[in-house]
Amino acid sequence: MDGHAIVARLRERCGDRVLAAHDYRGDHTAVLSREGIVSALTFCRDDAALAFDMLVDLTAVDYSRFPGREDGPRFEVVYHLYSVAHNHRVRLKVPVEQDDPVVPTASGLWPIANWQEREVWDMFGIRFDGHPDLRRLLMYEEFEGHPLRKDYPINRRQPLIGPKV
Amino acid sequence: MGVGAFFTSKLDEAIGWARKYSIFQYPFVTACCGMEYMATACSHYDVDRFGAGLPRFSPRQADVLFVVGTISHKMAPVLKRIYDQMCEPKWVVAFGVCTCTGGFYDNYATVQGIDTIIPVDVYIPGCPPRPESVIDGLMKLQDKIAAGAQRF
Repeated sequence: MDGHAIVARLRERCGDRVLAAHDYRGDHTAVLSREGIVSALTFCRDDAALAFDMLVDLTAVDYSRFPGREDGPRFEVVYHLYSVAHNHRVRLKVPVEQDDPVVPTASGLWPIANWQEREVWDMFGIRFDGHPDLRRLLMYEEFEGHPLRKDYPINRRQPLIGPKV
Repeated sequence: MGVGAFFTSKLDEAIGWARKYSIFQYPFVTACCGMEYMATACSHYDVDRFGAGLPRFSPRQADVLFVVGTISHKMAPVLKRIYDQMCEPKWVVAFGVCTCTGGFYDNYATVQGIDTIIPVDVYIPGCPPRPESVIDGLMKLQDKIAAGAQRF
């Protein structure tokens, strides 16, 4: 299915929960509200014409130092979907405010989202509501802060951790 | 030796001489420096000349801890535990810039030099160090072992 048709089908289904849509060099993106993301993802996965059976990537972006976007929502959680059956792709985004960095989990839809959401929590400090086991994935428990946030100082040193007894 | 020939020494020196030619290394390999370590350990450079040709993959049977490659904060407790498991006398070689200073990994995840965790006897800088530098470091370590210079 063509990218325009995918976004049109999403708009048809989700209505005003699709906040915006754009495409760049053939990659189509739909921006969804936080309330609409899980239903949109479920629709993308289960609809026969879309059939996005693969969550290629789930990550986040910190826009706090991004030229022109400093004043908007600080984060965006990004979902890259791919359909093996139809060989088409789409990207979904959810804006997340700094004061309330919570997004509903997608781990019930694709099992891989479990670890990807843990990584996003680890690196960006965005919580995933309903996640079964939201622990840090890459860093250790004693790590303070979230290193991929743009306000994490590049030369900050963490206290050394000792052997666990 | 002919009749009447004899050899005198001090016990410390004899022990130091014996130890420096029986280096049992524990290679703690975490990153790309491991390839250069393997190149050094292979027959072309022949570290058996220095009595260091037999790596032991158990810290309890090793004298020298070769820390080869980047050490992350998450790996630091493991390295400390390995070091603690080694029997004395023991020595530590920091192999490559990452173990010496953190190297170019000046970031949130990397330990800025393993001497922040465990004492180090010989630093071998390089990214990765050439086998010649490794052998140079090994010979410096031999001198140190022979001299009996230890901290513990």
